[in-house]
Amino acid sequence: MDNILILKIAFIGASITLLFIGLYAVLTKRNLIKIVLGLSIMDNGLNLLFITMGFVKHGTAPIFSPLVMEKLKTVDAAAQVMVDPVVQALVLTAIVIGFGVTAVALALVLRLYRHHNTTNIDEIRNLKW
Amino acid sequence: MSTIITVIVVIGALFLVAAAIYAVHKKDLVVATVATSVISLVLSAFYFILQAPDVALTEAAIGVALTTIIFIVIIRNTKRFED
Amino acid sequence: MKKLIALIFVLYIGVEMFFVFYQIPFGMDRVQSKVGKFYLEHSPKDLKVANAVTSIVVNFRGFDTLGEVTVLFIATTALGSILFRSRKVHNRLNSKRTSVEASMIVQVAGRFLVPLIVLLGAYVFIHGHLTPGGGFQGGVIIATGVLFLLLAYRQFSVNHEPITWIESLAGATFAGLGLTGIFVGKTFLENFLGTGKLNDLLSGGIIPLIYIAVGFKVAAELTGILDTILSISVPVEETENQN
Repeated sequence: MDNILILKIAFIGASITLLFIGLYAVLTKRNLIKIVLGLSIMDNGLNLLFITMGFVKHGTAPIFSPLVMEKLKTVDAAAQVMVDPVVQALVLTAIVIGFGVTAVALALVLRLYRHHNTTNIDEIRNLKW
Repeated sequence: MSTIITVIVVIGALFLVAAAIYAVHKKDLVVATVATSVISLVLSAFYFILQAPDVALTEAAIGVALTTIIFIVIIRNTKRFED
Repeated sequence: MKKLIALIFVLYIGVEMFFVFYQIPFGMDRVQSKVGKFYLEHSPKDLKVANAVTSIVVNFRGFDTLGEVTVLFIATTALGSILFRSRKVHNRLNSKRTSVEASMIVQVAGRFLVPLIVLLGAYVFIHGHLTPGGGFQGGVIIATGVLFLLLAYRQFSVNHEPITWIESLAGATFAGLGLTGIFVGKTFLENFLGTGKLNDLLSGGIIPLIYIAVGFKVAAELTGILDTILSISVPVEETENQN
């Protein structure tokens, strides 16, 4: 098999497996911290999928460093061999926002634990505070 | 891409999936959190191979350090084992 | 039984989704998207910014970034308000952050490492338009340095007064630089300063200035989140067991 085909299967397979292992954890686990952990794993898988979609073979990072400019002379020639920068900017945003979401979710878990003295969602039955 | 990078990527992908299954299956939440931080570490290397150094830097700093410490502090204040 | 149904459901959707994404060309036979090509060509020509990701985050889609730092600010505020009452009640019982004092090796290493970590963070966000990195990464690295201090020294505490000021000033700088673009007769976040030469430290007009402001803001916000989370007190019975 071709190297690029193996790479394609490895990256897409790994990202989708991560996404659905996280979904499985969210669906079946009864512990609130485990659910937040599953959400965090889903987040990681989705980010890897995005970056994989923007890859170009023999591409370089989208940075016009002096080394690249010296090798390829013009900006247009350098832009031809670069990977897609749009997905990278999107994922950059998504990672930082994901951290904020995780922090707030865990704070809510702590408040629920202080009130009900458990992190099992089956035992938290009354919605009254 | 050279053959060496392909081999590294395949081993990394298997490691990633194994760490994710271990993190979901394990009853001890601290061990599960550390497995999640291993996922972030491997992903950071993957982003570097996929020519996204900006994202690799962010993932290494946030996924490995900050998310792990927040999970561990919250686990210390609640129950360590899931039942 | 419930787990089996969930497993079959997840496996089915996962395999289907894998074959959907397998159809999308990867690597060799991939054509660059039009939007990506536009950004790649206009970033070094018009803005003179070497790192195309930086020019997208700060200039082409700068409005999104303004929304993002606002979301981070809201997350910090929400965290503070969710944990506020429990912190006040439990602080009286036990204000110690860690139940065991960090060892001397960690404390001495902290004295050497923390200035270097903060220096690395500042380097990363000052050079955000030339090398990989930028405001978000640099801010996170500085917050990691503060995390080291919080874990190594029990008596260290974050002073919230200057952090609030830094955060407000950095946010106001971002919005103010954006609004200045309107006042000089162009659009929001218009690059109104001279752009300079490609790959110079002083190039790119307002882009490095905005990224430095973002770096300060992210560092202040993440420090606030870490301090709030770490100041949750240890449950009383746990400390009694150790004494």
